[in-house]
Amino acid sequence: MGGPSRRGNAVLVAATYLTVLAVLVLPVLLVMVEALRTGIGAAWRSLLDPDALSAIRLTLLVTLVATIVNTAGGIMAAWLVTKYRFRGRGILVALIELPISVSPVIAGLVWLLLFGRQGWWGDWLDRHDIQIAFATPGILLATLFVTFPYVARTLMPFMEQQGREAEEAAFLLGAGFWRTLWRVTLPDARWALLSGILLTTARGIGEFGAVSVVSGHIPGLTETMPLHIETLYNGYQTVAAFTMAALLALIAMATVLLRSFLEHDFRKASS
Amino acid sequence: MSVQIRSLTRRAPNASRKMLDGVSLTIEDGAFVALVGPSGAGKTTLLRTIAGLDGPYEGTVLVDGRVLAGRPMRERRIGFVFQNYALFRHMTVARNISFGLDVLPRGERPDRGAIAARVAELLELIQLPTLGGAYPDQLSGGQRQRVALARALATKPGLLLLDEPFGALDPIVRRQIRRWLRGLHDQLGLTTVLVTHDHDEALEVADRLVVMQNGRVVQEAAAETLDAAPATPFVMEFLGEALEFPGQVAHGRFLPDDPNVLSFAVGAGDGPATAYLRPHEARLVAAGGAARAIPLTGGQGGLRRLAVALGTREVEILVLPERLGQVGTEGLGLDIGRARLFRDGAPLAGAPPVASGQELPRVTVG
Repeated sequence: MGGPSRRGNAVLVAATYLTVLAVLVLPVLLVMVEALRTGIGAAWRSLLDPDALSAIRLTLLVTLVATIVNTAGGIMAAWLVTKYRFRGRGILVALIELPISVSPVIAGLVWLLLFGRQGWWGDWLDRHDIQIAFATPGILLATLFVTFPYVARTLMPFMEQQGREAEEAAFLLGAGFWRTLWRVTLPDARWALLSGILLTTARGIGEFGAVSVVSGHIPGLTETMPLHIETLYNGYQTVAAFTMAALLALIAMATVLLRSFLEHDFRKASS
Repeated sequence: MSVQIRSLTRRAPNASRKMLDGVSLTIEDGAFVALVGPSGAGKTTLLRTIAGLDGPYEGTVLVDGRVLAGRPMRERRIGFVFQNYALFRHMTVARNISFGLDVLPRGERPDRGAIAARVAELLELIQLPTLGGAYPDQLSGGQRQRVALARALATKPGLLLLDEPFGALDPIVRRQIRRWLRGLHDQLGLTTVLVTHDHDEALEVADRLVVMQNGRVVQEAAAETLDAAPATPFVMEFLGEALEFPGQVAHGRFLPDDPNVLSFAVGAGDGPATAYLRPHEARLVAAGGAARAIPLTGGQGGLRRLAVALGTREVEILVLPERLGQVGTEGLGLDIGRARLFRDGAPLAGAPPVASGQELPRVTVG
């Protein structure tokens, strides 16, 4: 009576493992296999191509800046919506989550509409010789938009549960706003924060849609790693494409693994 | 430090409801005052306002004759202890205690040795000398409470504000800690304001009680005064179990509506009135009435709990066990001569707290 049978459980567990294997692990493995088909030497050489190096550099730069900016912005946003009740708070929470629900392509299009040559501020930018669309600033803006929610979203449940009392205690003991944030609120939320930062990084490295729209696909200049993979693949440079893909997958997996490792640690620490 | 509050009004955010409604209160230097009242009465709001937490208010709050709003916290010399302690979970006990000193501007901050010495001194004071390296999660509720107190005391405040500090503790620890707290108050020469919804706790630890209801101060007095001359029926009922007897004042006597309850002399004008008294203040008399006594379980302090069937209803009183032997259980009258009388929610002038002669009112049973 009551509760699933042991056998049913075993079937369920097996099915879950199979699904994960087929949907998540197999593609990554195939990418690796494909990259190494003509030997590790060819794969390595393909990474040393100037366009490939430029793509890696651009991706790392954009991801770094986006992560830093969105960590600061995410902390403030999460803090504001969880510690204060104000008019329009619900709308702000919905806005924070907007980039998750909106297609990245639309995010890219918005930036083009604003900063592209035919865009609203296109003329002005052109006259002042400022390049945003089809240049690094545009790619950065697109990445910023897409990765904004992650730090805020991972911090919000934690800060909600944290409440205001510890901060009020710090305030009454003479600590100012920044001191309280830096010495009381954030150290307490450090695991959630780290988790959010790693998610932002993983998402930023892999972003394709929004970046694709604003980048203009200029090899060696405005191609990030995901864009470069597409270019290589379309040019029948299979080994180079899969090698770059394998590298991208490895970086992403490393961040995600680090995150789950930290989360495990965090659970141990809090129990 | 003294606190003067003049017509303080606070509204709930996004609502017109007043959380505090024209509160005026003076707390003398060195006093130990308890703010008591049911939840939602505004006790915590008042305490937080004195501390300078939360937003704007109408009226004035003076601490030692000065307005604190806008002054840096370290100049205010206020220590605050939260209901759930609000310790910093990621810091050791020692770091928690030294926090108020660590965040002082460089010029005013004592050197490391001095801070360490102060922490050691406070750990000694809260009787946890060996727990400086522990984290709050490793402590019991009572220990956390004392750490929170030590943290509030580290910067040597003159005014200590405590928000339901014993709420989460078990009864034995509660009693120990409040006695210890009272000792600390006397020893350090503090002015202490304690919020509690537990009147027993307030009566035991504080010099004066401030009874609050619906954002107003209903009465402010020493414990004995509150009990002997409560300002409203609410104060009477809040401070302990109370029996209520509606009735009339006529020709200088209070005549209860219930049969078999003795009338008593009062110095008040004619009209309706309600008598309140504590269960142990009621007396059974063998005066030819028709009330019956039914022993119940649950006596206290050597007194026996009885249900007294008056004919119209039953009331529960506490009597000495011998008394039942003297008067029996049948044909009794109930003497409520020690009751406080109220009319329209205000005490009746001239109603004596102790009665002078009783007689059964002429009310027929049944």
